[in-house]
Amino acid sequence: MAKRVGIEVSIAIAEAVKLAQAEVIAAYPITPQTHIVEHLSELVADGELDAEFVPVESEHAALSTCCGSVAAGARTYTATSSQGLMLMSEVMYVASGMRLPIVMTVANRALSAPISIWNDHQDIMTQRDCGWIQTFAENGQEAVDLTLHAFRVAEDRKVSLPMIVNIDGFTLSHVIEPIELPDQADVDRYLPPFKPKYKLDPKKPISMGPVGIPEVYTEARMAHDQAIKNAKRWIIKAWDEFEEVFGRRYNPVEEYRTEDAEIVLVTMGSISETAMTAVDKMRDEGKKVGLLKIRLWRPFPGPEFRKAAKGAKVLAVVDRTLAPGASSGPVGEELRTVFYKVPGAPKIFNFIAGLGGRDVTVERFEEMVDKAASYAKKRPKELYEVIGVREK
Amino acid sequence: MIPELEKFKGFSAKRLPKEEGLAPGHRGCQGCGEVLALRMVMKALGKDVIVCSATGCMEIITSPYPQSAWNVPWIHVAFENAAAVASGVESALKVLRRKGKLPKKHIDVVAVGGDGATGDIGLQWISGAFERGHDMVYVCLDNEAYMNTGVQRSGCTPYGAMTTTSPPGKKSIGQVTWKKNIPQIMVAHNIPYVATASPAYYLDLMNKIKKAAMVNGPAYVHIYSPCPTGWGSRGDKSVEYARLAVETKVFPLYEVIEGKYIVSRKITKPKPVSEYLKGQRRFRHLTEENIAYIQKRVDEEYEKILRLAELT
Repeated sequence: MAKRVGIEVSIAIAEAVKLAQAEVIAAYPITPQTHIVEHLSELVADGELDAEFVPVESEHAALSTCCGSVAAGARTYTATSSQGLMLMSEVMYVASGMRLPIVMTVANRALSAPISIWNDHQDIMTQRDCGWIQTFAENGQEAVDLTLHAFRVAEDRKVSLPMIVNIDGFTLSHVIEPIELPDQADVDRYLPPFKPKYKLDPKKPISMGPVGIPEVYTEARMAHDQAIKNAKRWIIKAWDEFEEVFGRRYNPVEEYRTEDAEIVLVTMGSISETAMTAVDKMRDEGKKVGLLKIRLWRPFPGPEFRKAAKGAKVLAVVDRTLAPGASSGPVGEELRTVFYKVPGAPKIFNFIAGLGGRDVTVERFEEMVDKAASYAKKRPKELYEVIGVREK
Repeated sequence: MIPELEKFKGFSAKRLPKEEGLAPGHRGCQGCGEVLALRMVMKALGKDVIVCSATGCMEIITSPYPQSAWNVPWIHVAFENAAAVASGVESALKVLRRKGKLPKKHIDVVAVGGDGATGDIGLQWISGAFERGHDMVYVCLDNEAYMNTGVQRSGCTPYGAMTTTSPPGKKSIGQVTWKKNIPQIMVAHNIPYVATASPAYYLDLMNKIKKAAMVNGPAYVHIYSPCPTGWGSRGDKSVEYARLAVETKVFPLYEVIEGKYIVSRKITKPKPVSEYLKGQRRFRHLTEENIAYIQKRVDEEYEKILRLAELT
């Protein structure tokens, strides 16, 4: 039987990687990702996980090593955060363009300058267009489940793309939660061995990573786009199968008390739990408020989101990144595009909150809902607003 | 002596392998000394090999999709990280073999990069891979500048050479720094095998590659690779320049096996460096004074290698 234990989320993710029987793990330490890879190195050192732990000299090397190992046919995992993800950035695009199914946890953290080790989504939003499949976990159980799901989806021959599971740094990575760690037998049932269609094999030589001349480059990029869009089907199917095996259900967009809701908050990641508390409080006060949580960020589930938001008059969209000089935050922009010229589309207001570890409290969510309600009557000058700024 | 090398048997001119890991029909320039060297490297390695290329001339000329000149499994990821990609391939082979998912048969993992990919932008990745002790061969094909982007200077560009970013002018003689000594940096990693080689001495080159592949752990071979396009030399003179570089002591051939220096070809009657410099457009502007300085420094650097061979 699967056992439910009190465990730090980072350790639980490492246990999930062990259950997935990852074969090569290449990683470089960066706060707040460290506990994941520390525990993995322990599991390898103790012989509990038969894998090569490659303690590389940088994050760029970590992802480069992962490209080599997965291309040679080994199940491959890495984890990073913040500046580390920035250093990987070059290889991020290569890994997805070469369709290499690496699984990575990103413990989301702010970007320098000023240097900050605390949580927001600025790191991952720099990789918005990197062509990896991306999900966001809300709590520890989801972090574990989405890790197993990521291996299942990424390595599926119909998908063959790298995949990121985002977890909020500290607020998720460093907390102890009751988490059900699945049985090995169930994981084995869910996750078949990694058998890539193409790999580096002297018996069947292939060339990987060739030059794309102008006659083929557009088609190659388009094939990548089609692959990640088509992947949505297999992402959802892998969640269906996950439910069959483990009994927990996941969807691209999760709804919370959206029935008859007029104002709907939109969140990603661990602040969703605080948002639920805020929605409960406002519902108790008679306000018609609901919540939509985006679990699948790339490919963006536009139709699913539109369906989930049906009936909402106003969306209060929370972004946990600030894009200086842009028209709004990335989630805000995404949703404005998704609803562009859709008849009966809700009004969309974008709030930037929780940067560099600043808490997004129940009161802040109430403030966003109130502001969105008033902006619906009188349009604000700006397309986004930073919430929770200190007055002095 | 390294036990793995006890069974070493050198190549002979009469019995060179017929296999070509790198096929003809690639898009190298006429007289390219680099692709000539790479062909010999691949001949020496045989079929059971996985090649990880850095971005650069050799990558570009061998892989314009849908064509490929590679008859062996080959991967290119980026410019600076061939050694890290090779680390990943080697780690995968190790664990898959251990878990019974691959046959026990040995597969050589080889990373290939130019002088820029090796000595400048990629130095950290190689250092990391060597420090971790991956069983791989790193081959540097040194043509002494960034040729693929149009002949810009690198840390391996020789003193005085004209490149597009080290142009000689009223206030400069061209490249103002002495060539970075990459093989010595690799020796400092205490890896089992380091060697320098030249396509003019092809049996020596192939034997060194074979030894590098035979030793357990990291091995490094630095190959001098004449580039007619970048050097402004005649395409039919590449092998001649490769030989002259050795005969003038500009590029000494040696091995460092477990820290012990062995000079492969001791130059007792050196030709003057001026013989090597002449006919290359990149050195055309040098004065007699400049050449005298280069001669002095070349002699000193060569002496250092001889002394190291005595000491170790």
